[in-house]
Amino acid sequence: MADVKKFLYVNRKAPYGTIYAWESLEVVLIGAAFDQDVALAFIDDGVYQLVKGQDTKEIGMKNFSPTYSALGDYDINKIYVEKESLEARGLTIDDLQHLVWEDEDDDWAEKDSIKIVTASEMAEIMDQSEVVLSF
Amino acid sequence: MSMLHIVNKSALDRNSLEACVNHTIKGATILMIEDAVYSAMKNTASSSMVEGAMKDVSVAVLGPDLKARGISEEKLIDGVTVVDYAGFVELTTKNDTVQSWL
Repeated sequence: MADVKKFLYVNRKAPYGTIYAWESLEVVLIGAAFDQDVALAFIDDGVYQLVKGQDTKEIGMKNFSPTYSALGDYDINKIYVEKESLEARGLTIDDLQHLVWEDEDDDWAEKDSIKIVTASEMAEIMDQSEVVLSF
Repeated sequence: MSMLHIVNKSALDRNSLEACVNHTIKGATILMIEDAVYSAMKNTASSSMVEGAMKDVSVAVLGPDLKARGISEEKLIDGVTVVDYAGFVELTTKNDTVQSWL
């Protein structure tokens, strides 16, 4: 398709305390309808968005975290999480949701969407993006 | 006099917890709510600040906000108390004054 651009959504806020995380997810899903090349970056407090086991019943807010597992169905399978940000927060990849996508060019094999990258690798990813949207 | 200090921001995003810790005296209580509950976790870049403060003050964290964020109690710094909404109210009545660090 002509005019496909490389989009990068940069997420730096924790969920629930502010509306940024949810708004970002909404925009990502809307953007997915436009067949662009989409990647998501989670840095700083943004890594908290992907923590598994979120249960918002007692705070009276919508738990939007299950929506991240639907991203693979929208062909969003480049989810970069910054290593330094996880470490500063006492977290490892095992604390995050296991996000996957199905590769149609590889007999629909299920593959991991999350990739842990260093800050300098993240800088490269940002540099190679054509459109950056920050939340 | 005893004071309840309430913090609601992530210590790795804002300096409100640090400001709070720098203005507490022995016998005070810090209650972490909303995005501040992450600051009750061990092995983080702000854990040592909280552990240092806990020599003089008690630290409580709001359970419903922890659960919402998927943070299990095993991940908390030893000695941090988890309270529910009733416990939150009790803290406000048990202390003489309340200060919110916005």
